[in-house]
Amino acid sequence: MSLLSDLINLNLSDATEKIIAEYIWIGGSGMDLRSKARTLPKLVTDPTKLPKWNYDGSSTDQAPGDDSEVILYPQAVFKDPFRRGNNILVMCDAYTPAGDPIPTNKRFNAAKIFSHPDVVAEEPWYGIEQEYTLLQKDVHWPVGWPIGGFPGPQGPYYCGVGADKSFGRDIVDSHYKACLYAGINISGINGEVMPGQWEFQVGPSVGISAGDQLWVARYILERITEIAGVVLSFDPKPIPGDWNGAGAHTNYSTKSMRNDGGIHVIKKAIEKLGLRHKGHIAAYGEGNERRLTGRHETADINTFSWGVANRGASIRVGRDTEKAGKGYFEDRRPASNMDPYVVTSMIAETTILWKP
Amino acid sequence: MAQILAPSTQWQMRLPKTSTYGSPIATKMWSSLLLKRNKQGAAKSSGKFSVLALQSENSTVNRLEKLLNMDITPYTEQIIAEYIWIGGGGIDLRSKSKTIAKPVEHPSELPKWNYDGSSTGQAPGDDSEVILYPQAIFKDPFRGGNNILVICDTYTPAGEPIPTNKRHRAAEIFSNKKVVGEVPWFGIEQEYTLLQQNVKWPLGWPVGGYPGPQGPYYCGAGADKSFGRDISDAHYKACLYAGINISGTNGEVMPGQWEYQVGPSVGIDAADHIWCSRYILERITEQAGVVLSLDPKPIEGDWNGAGCHTNYSTKSMREDGGFEVIKKAILNLSLCHKEHISAYGEGNERRLTGKHETANINTFSWGVANRGCSIRVGRDTEKNGKGYLEDRRPASNMDPYVVTSLLAETTILYEPTLEAEALAAQKIALKV
Repeated sequence: MSLLSDLINLNLSDATEKIIAEYIWIGGSGMDLRSKARTLPKLVTDPTKLPKWNYDGSSTDQAPGDDSEVILYPQAVFKDPFRRGNNILVMCDAYTPAGDPIPTNKRFNAAKIFSHPDVVAEEPWYGIEQEYTLLQKDVHWPVGWPIGGFPGPQGPYYCGVGADKSFGRDIVDSHYKACLYAGINISGINGEVMPGQWEFQVGPSVGISAGDQLWVARYILERITEIAGVVLSFDPKPIPGDWNGAGAHTNYSTKSMRNDGGIHVIKKAIEKLGLRHKGHIAAYGEGNERRLTGRHETADINTFSWGVANRGASIRVGRDTEKAGKGYFEDRRPASNMDPYVVTSMIAETTILWKP
Repeated sequence: MAQILAPSTQWQMRLPKTSTYGSPIATKMWSSLLLKRNKQGAAKSSGKFSVLALQSENSTVNRLEKLLNMDITPYTEQIIAEYIWIGGGGIDLRSKSKTIAKPVEHPSELPKWNYDGSSTGQAPGDDSEVILYPQAIFKDPFRGGNNILVICDTYTPAGEPIPTNKRHRAAEIFSNKKVVGEVPWFGIEQEYTLLQQNVKWPLGWPVGGYPGPQGPYYCGAGADKSFGRDISDAHYKACLYAGINISGTNGEVMPGQWEYQVGPSVGIDAADHIWCSRYILERITEQAGVVLSLDPKPIEGDWNGAGCHTNYSTKSMREDGGFEVIKKAILNLSLCHKEHISAYGEGNERRLTGKHETANINTFSWGVANRGCSIRVGRDTEKNGKGYLEDRRPASNMDPYVVTSLLAETTILYEPTLEAEALAAQKIALKV
């Protein structure tokens, strides 16, 4: 036992210049994370200088068996909190050997939108609040809940403390430090309204890095729950009934919104979002209709609404923003299983590029 | 700095069930877990304050602990600040974490923040933001490094304290010139009970039954007399590390009940320190898989309740001739008995019966070395002619902001009429 421990924690930098790079990509369902490791001759932190790689797409539902190679293009590099030393995590996206993005590669389109000169000029910032639920292994019932029954109703659990109110804090706290170590812009965590549910926030990040950082944060979280023997769920409504769902509220601002007079730019942007409500909702996560009921601090999925400090609206504007006349707004519609590349680029496209 | 030895329910148990959470922990398992833990020899006394993580059944190596205990100072200037506030129940503590760009010295350097008041019973859903104002900083004993705990109070976006914010008024009283001049000191004795998870029966008590009657447990030692010492000891060091003015601990009369004292602290500090120490205690019991109860009478019958005796003195009381000032203060308190009692904690009437070292809730009394009185004055104070008094009425679930400021207000600022004074002096046999 202790020999394994020593080996896993070996600091390679004493023995060799080589490093281990964990290449991470999104699989065929659009939500499953995959990764594999390779040795590199020495530390490289610039993703453009890392070698492209490939994997067996027929095993992830992303290519047919007789033409199975899918190519990995490295896009972002982070420090590896599990291997430490000079080892790295590499976020990649997936292409055919001919160089075209495969259908499940949503990053490609997002990168195009984020390199549009109008979008670049507006410097879009994102703060994403990722909610998630921890489930007991094998039974898939939330952590801390009695098997075959339910805990006391919601009320004491939001930001709660104590063995009867908070379940799984070790996972959340180790995730926080692991992300800070890795170089992810994690800005906070809190216990959520449903027991066994938690949230972390990543941001403010500019443009495409919001998506990269959120995906790697999800990867680190799934590795940590793997160690803890607990199952991670991004389902937007894990337990039906009088229990909160899980969302990925996306806070957003552009340069114009952050400058004086920004509140008018914000209102215009919200109007545009209202005109494209159905299009956005379709891209905001599978199963969201089970979550957006109009109850449990959500707005009904068919109605578009906005309000100041109103958690029952589709879009919420903070009191600070209203008072200062500039700031940001929060799109509360995305589900916890949304793809951040899709959501962030869509919001930028609708509010900056789209002319109704 | 010590290593927490209190085993958690999540700690690896040789149980046939697969779930790592939610299995009730019975007394027998408690002590046998402790032994298993020590036998494994994994409890290295490295001298570092380390946090235990749960161990999964599949992993051959537990790497969560390394992540939890990682010192991030070599990798980033950023620190993690845990913002703590009191929720809608007036006794439920809430907290969430925020990354701060670099270490800070003073709460004024920290940003205000906000939270969802509709989830804590403190705001409606359509106007849910409640603002957090940082008021006191402590070192975070769970995260180590430069990370901090921040005690906050709560305001509407317009800047008004919300109804459950008792600190605001206390701060006003403690900045009153007369009160400042008297330098009020507080020493608060926080009692609490530890309960087994899921059954909510006290720690160490047989489920479905009772332990032997009270007698051997007060300050006792031994596996049949002391239940949960690890929690009390871990809490002691955690508070000292955090910068809380904790002055002592002891096992209490009822088995599974403990006490710690915070003080002497000046003015509003006393309450800030008590609230932060309660938060640290609830985090520790959370890890240990044990439920913390601040109920003033957790078990009906011939079992002690839990109080929060508040020792109190002003500059005049501590100087020569102070004993007379103390007697005058007691007089004032006797005239405000009902008002104080109503602010001294919910459910106190189940505890203040006149038995089990309490005074009856409807009667005000005082005495030297008398634990059956509302106010007790120590023999030292009587002998030296100066010192402090102990208000034994507050319950364990009292709000220290309310109690400390009310004591200051009644004894320093309140001026009763001469006839009221004379009547009261007669009633409680005080020559002032």
